[in-house]
Amino acid sequence: MSLRGSVVTLPLLLPVLVGAAACAPSDESPTASDSSTGAASCAKADLPLLKSGTLTIGTDSPAYDPWFSNNDPTNGKGYESAVAYAVADQLGFSRDEVTWVKVPFNSSYKPGPKDFDFDINQISITPARAQVVDFSDGYYAASQAVIALKGTAGAEATSIDDLKGLRLGAQTGTTSLTAIRDVIQPDQDPAVFEDTNAAKQALQNDQVDAILADLPTAFYISAVEIPDSTIVGQFQPETGQQEEFGMLFEKGSGLVPCVDDALATLRSDGTLDDLEKKWLSDVVDVPTLQ
Amino acid sequence: MSDSAAWSPSPRELERRLLRRRLRLRSTLIAATALVVVFVGLALLIVTSPGWDRVREAFFNGFHAKASLPDIARAFWLNVKMFMIAEPLILVLALALAIARSARSPWLLPLRVAAVAYTDVIRGIPTILLILLLGFGMPGLRLQGVPNSPFFWATTALVISYSAYVAEVFRSGIESIHPSQLASAEALGLGRGQTMRFVVVPQAVRRVVPPLLNDFVSLQKDTALASTLGVFEAVFVARDYTNYNFNYTPYVVVALFFVALTIPLARFTDWLGRRYAERERAGAR
Repeated sequence: MSLRGSVVTLPLLLPVLVGAAACAPSDESPTASDSSTGAASCAKADLPLLKSGTLTIGTDSPAYDPWFSNNDPTNGKGYESAVAYAVADQLGFSRDEVTWVKVPFNSSYKPGPKDFDFDINQISITPARAQVVDFSDGYYAASQAVIALKGTAGAEATSIDDLKGLRLGAQTGTTSLTAIRDVIQPDQDPAVFEDTNAAKQALQNDQVDAILADLPTAFYISAVEIPDSTIVGQFQPETGQQEEFGMLFEKGSGLVPCVDDALATLRSDGTLDDLEKKWLSDVVDVPTLQ
Repeated sequence: MSDSAAWSPSPRELERRLLRRRLRLRSTLIAATALVVVFVGLALLIVTSPGWDRVREAFFNGFHAKASLPDIARAFWLNVKMFMIAEPLILVLALALAIARSARSPWLLPLRVAAVAYTDVIRGIPTILLILLLGFGMPGLRLQGVPNSPFFWATTALVISYSAYVAEVFRSGIESIHPSQLASAEALGLGRGQTMRFVVVPQAVRRVVPPLLNDFVSLQKDTALASTLGVFEAVFVARDYTNYNFNYTPYVVVALFFVALTIPLARFTDWLGRRYAERERAGAR
């Protein structure tokens, strides 16, 4: 009887399924397993890397100025590209041993193994984020800047209070948006944009009075991208301590202490300051909003 | 008691009943076992996978679900408003397009050509591009009297995009009406316009209600595309929360919102279809 056959096969299905689970790819991530033993040595051969002999660095696309240049992270131009190559150099990697991968910001923190050794993408270090991923020490402390079109209501603001009545906007997931919500607390909910380009377009279309971004980005926007815009002012978000950008690693990555060491060296020998002056300069005369 | 009055099943019949009962019991058992084995097996497969703890933490975190819920609920109202405004406009525009396409008078050829061009071109453009083009392009023109709110342009883009699809649904409904209906209408002395108005369109619309509802559900979900313009709707709110806290639970929360909206609508479609069928049969079984 055919029925009997199917009765017999059914219980067989369970072990098959469980077997499939057992055969599912297990965690082979070298970084996770090495984290306990790792950090013992930062010699190039001992580093827990995605691909040995190669430092794989992630960043979003487009890679915005002045953090990168010409949307090409491999050219070593722009602050983050330069810092990444300087760190790579400290770790013992030559330029052609560095590979860049495109990592959209919202996939950089997905669970599971990462497809980069670290991600450098103007990511602010926050306690909530640090529960999910690991961060290097900060390599840049960003203050927030307000950008408006010349001659509009936004450009007239001289204090944070003046901003309250305006239509403000910023990119999602940025500390600029947090600064609007927590520090400025405008009368109208801020406009949220998927990326800086959308924010810039909205500013030019008079859909918002002013947009917020970190100071170097703001400077680049007002100087190059929207010439008839101006930086109204800058301020430090007073909530919590200083906002810093850090490199993002898989949780428990053994690479973090080594990169931190490299950053410490670059900081003490003045390289970070030099790179900052080179790529993020000219922003000293921006008025501070109170 | 007389033995002629009390009928008792023959032993053979009893045996048949027993066998039937046993078979029924067995098929129930098999069905239950199959159900349990497959679903428990699938659940085990997921739960015992090596990354399950991480995935549960990232996607099914109670704390983040609760924390993101109020904002998502508030923003979801924006999605609801968007498709409630868009849907009636889509239906009207699409029906007009479909009727324009089935016009046969030589005088109306320009109208027909325009309708064909509209459906061809608009259906060829991905909805997200249409939203981006209108949402960033139109306000850029700085036309007097034209609103420049992203909500307005996202809704407009959805109306334009979906009316092209829905017009095709209506057209297929119109073309599915049997020629005998047209012949009967002509025999009754109805003109072409009257035939459309009283005979073809009412039947066509009833016939295409399920695909229309299908497009409506699709529209509900595509309201999320408005986020590309900075409309802070539910999916974008979830993404924003996710970007700050590096936890994907809000995505699951917002998915549940959409599902909760779709299921009653599906039942409503079934009910509507049944009612139309009953009406068309005029009480006949």
